[in-house]
Amino acid sequence: MATLTLNTVKKSFGKTDVIHGVSIDVDDGEFIVIVGPSGCGKSTLLRMVAGLETVSSGEVRISGALVNDVEPMDRDIAMVFQNYALYPHMSVFDNMAYGLKIAKVPKPEIAERVQSAAKLLQLEPYLQRKPRELSGGQRQRVAMGRAIVRKPSVFLFDEPLSNLDAKLRVQMRLEIKALQRDLGVTSLYVTHDQVEAMTLADRMIVMNAGVADQIGAPLDVYANPATEFVAGFIGSPPTNFIDAGMVGAGTGRIGVRPEHIQLSEAGPFTATVGYSEALGAETLVHLRASDGSQITVRQDAGLPIPEQGVTRALSWQDAHVMRFDEQGMRQQRAKVADRP
Amino acid sequence: MAGRTGMVEQRGRGLWLTHLGLIVGVAFIFFPIWLAFVASTVEQQDIVRPPMPLLPGDKLLENYSRALVAGVNAPVATMLVNSLIMALGIAIGKIVISLLSAFAIVYFRFPGRKVFFWLIFLTLMLPVEVRIVPTFEVIANFGMLNSYSGLILPLIASATATFLFRQFFLTVPDELAEAARVDGARPMRFFFDILLPMSRTNIAALFVILFIYGWNQYLWPLLITTDPEMNTIVMGIKQMFPSGDDFAHWPTIMATSILAMIPPVIVVIGMQKLFIRGLVESEK
Repeated sequence: MATLTLNTVKKSFGKTDVIHGVSIDVDDGEFIVIVGPSGCGKSTLLRMVAGLETVSSGEVRISGALVNDVEPMDRDIAMVFQNYALYPHMSVFDNMAYGLKIAKVPKPEIAERVQSAAKLLQLEPYLQRKPRELSGGQRQRVAMGRAIVRKPSVFLFDEPLSNLDAKLRVQMRLEIKALQRDLGVTSLYVTHDQVEAMTLADRMIVMNAGVADQIGAPLDVYANPATEFVAGFIGSPPTNFIDAGMVGAGTGRIGVRPEHIQLSEAGPFTATVGYSEALGAETLVHLRASDGSQITVRQDAGLPIPEQGVTRALSWQDAHVMRFDEQGMRQQRAKVADRP
Repeated sequence: MAGRTGMVEQRGRGLWLTHLGLIVGVAFIFFPIWLAFVASTVEQQDIVRPPMPLLPGDKLLENYSRALVAGVNAPVATMLVNSLIMALGIAIGKIVISLLSAFAIVYFRFPGRKVFFWLIFLTLMLPVEVRIVPTFEVIANFGMLNSYSGLILPLIASATATFLFRQFFLTVPDELAEAARVDGARPMRFFFDILLPMSRTNIAALFVILFIYGWNQYLWPLLITTDPEMNTIVMGIKQMFPSGDDFAHWPTIMATSILAMIPPVIVVIGMQKLFIRGLVESEK
């Protein structure tokens, strides 16, 4: 198996810097998710690891070996693409076998490896079909199968689930996680979906405009965001941000998660109730503060749902307040180890 | 009564009128071909003496075998073979060259890539007729008059086909090339294993069009073939017309015309399915 090391990896297209130096040591068998909004450079970072994009400066090492100038095929990686990138004229079997065929693996071994991958992915009945005769989920599995048969040191996933419908996405998410656990292959997974990132990752890299804002275990990142961006991006509904001045807390902004705010009849900080979304197990109440900022409160289904237009007071415990300075950096962050 | 199976529901007189209109149209287009066929099955006197017969005569085998074996200047069989070699050479050559140049233009970043593309595109504006004098000069200096290479080579570069394949390659998702790269396919391997099979229907459609283009070449073969043994059939028909007071044997000429139509028709019908798929659908 393999480790993966990025050492201040940078990428610029012409004069535009898109990645401003990302460093991480990935342990053998670890599942790392790179998450961020579109255009933050997460796919570019993955493609640099794959060798599909040149590295402007810094080092990419796989199992300790510098691979900056190594062709993708010689990096011992396999990649799953967002649109699956299956060869449309080849059967499922040929799609999975193509890489092995090029590597001149003996035919019986190819057949055996494809068969066992097909079995693992429940693709056995479809081996002779063409990709266009498969459903989206099956195509996704073929793309995974193509990666598995090569027995790579590192799996690279580029938003593999974003073309699937919501239900299938949840199912495939679980399958990918289980598969990665079973195979124990070091994986790098790019997504813009923070739920996917939270559920899949051993550790995640939250990217913002070419910078890795925070690297850490999902729950640590959630409980202890390093920047305002991370606090706003991770968690759904997102963290509420309030001008610190409004609650007499100095300069900058404070962030409080929706589940940490209670509504009450009267108090020092008030807001007007907008609409409410009753989701069954919980209710999301959207409010508007006096300065116009939106605040979302998540409350249990048992609590009364306030009517639209009434004014409610908001309260929270000091321990749940996250303070950010004007640059969006976290202040007085609790001391928690980055690694689990 | 009118069936309900069509896309548009038609009833009664309307249906009959449309059919009548179409039948008249078809008959109108088909009539000259029918006349040519009739003329190829009768004797010379039947044609020159009005009214011309409208039903086939009994000289079919005789006329056709005379045309094939003897012809007027050269046996039609020879001309058919010449035309076939020329049309196949042009169609296949054009496809091979334009596939490769489109591949280079789309998938490789080399200095002057845009310039080369526009140079190729520019040649679209220069048909054979415009550059025929310098082309003839070149071919004559190479000693290629009265040869297959002389017939084929000047017509083999195709901006249209290059442009067509370029457009098709641009629609192939980049991820496919990247997946092949990760799988370890070098560029030419990607070309042969992935790109070529995906272009199958486009190639078929282009083959039909280019085969007919090559088959119907008239001016170029007329210029560079002086030896009747190298005549192609389309120009050969014209050569059969007598000059001056000579006497034209119309049944033979008509039989040759009908024979000249057969290969393109076979190609069109044989490749119809692929051809239509290539025009309407892009398989991705």
